[in-house]
Amino acid sequence: MRWLLAIILLIPGLAVAEEAKPLADNPVAEARLKALAVELRCLVCQNQTLADSNAPLAEDLRREVREMIAKDMSDQEIIDFLVERYGDFVLYRPRWKVSTTLLWLGPFLLLIAGATALVLALRRRQKKLVDVALSEEERTRVAQLLSEGANRL
Amino acid sequence: MNRFLIPFGVFVVVVGFLAVGLTLNPRELPSPLVGRPAPDFSLPQLHDQGKVLSSNDLKGKVWLLNFWASWCGGCKEEHPVLIHLAQSGEVPIYGMDYKDTREEALAWLKQWGNPYPIVAVDALGRVGINYGVYGVPETYVIDKAGVIRYKQIGPLREDILQEKILPLVRELQNQ
Repeated sequence: MRWLLAIILLIPGLAVAEEAKPLADNPVAEARLKALAVELRCLVCQNQTLADSNAPLAEDLRREVREMIAKDMSDQEIIDFLVERYGDFVLYRPRWKVSTTLLWLGPFLLLIAGATALVLALRRRQKKLVDVALSEEERTRVAQLLSEGANRL
Repeated sequence: MNRFLIPFGVFVVVVGFLAVGLTLNPRELPSPLVGRPAPDFSLPQLHDQGKVLSSNDLKGKVWLLNFWASWCGGCKEEHPVLIHLAQSGEVPIYGMDYKDTREEALAWLKQWGNPYPIVAVDALGRVGINYGVYGVPETYVIDKAGVIRYKQIGPLREDILQEKILPLVRELQNQ
């Protein structure tokens, strides 16, 4: 009986395994989806990209993007579709607009302000430095101290 | 004097920014759809699957569109407000059952009451995407011409209803 069982188990046909399914039928489309999804924000878990998020809405949006890719829409058209519905917030890279000027230019303005302040402060400090004339006596004292220091080494 | 005034000035500006920035609610995103025509939809009805609710049927009147689901906690929270509004008869609230199962949605309405004259079923959430829904409940005020005039993100509250939505609805109804 035990032998029979062993023989049955050895029949290869019983251990049929299916080949692992590819992630997508079309690897090119999937690569485009990935590239797009890292640029787009998941609206539910606001600091994740559409690519990272497991939220149901993110899944739906990925499905929607996949379908738009299948319809041969350009990246810009797909992004416009989402911005039209969810606003600029869906973009990780904010657009150049009047309302985002400060956002884009702010760091550079701060850099310029900081650099100017630094230059001004350094110049002011330089002016405060006055050449102090040493008397002959002080000079010999300096020479003496320096030679003492050298001997100590 | 300058020595203290400049850092103090910077401090005041930073505190000002933080005071505004930290009290904003990051969940409330301005919808780009306010002021634009409401996306069209044509979906099967929850109670009578053979029938369809189409946004075109609602043209010519002011109506609310409420996205909800039986699985959504905030919907339970706002539900008494909706029931109250429905009883007042001031404005019809059309329901959009968002990514839900029919049995659970029907059971939910049976248990808590149904404020909607008609509920449409958005099983895949596609109409939700067209409306820019990112979390139920969300409620839209749509005018006679089919333009979205207001979007409420999150549960409706009695005070929002009294202060914002009803005055807007009355104004739109008189247009």
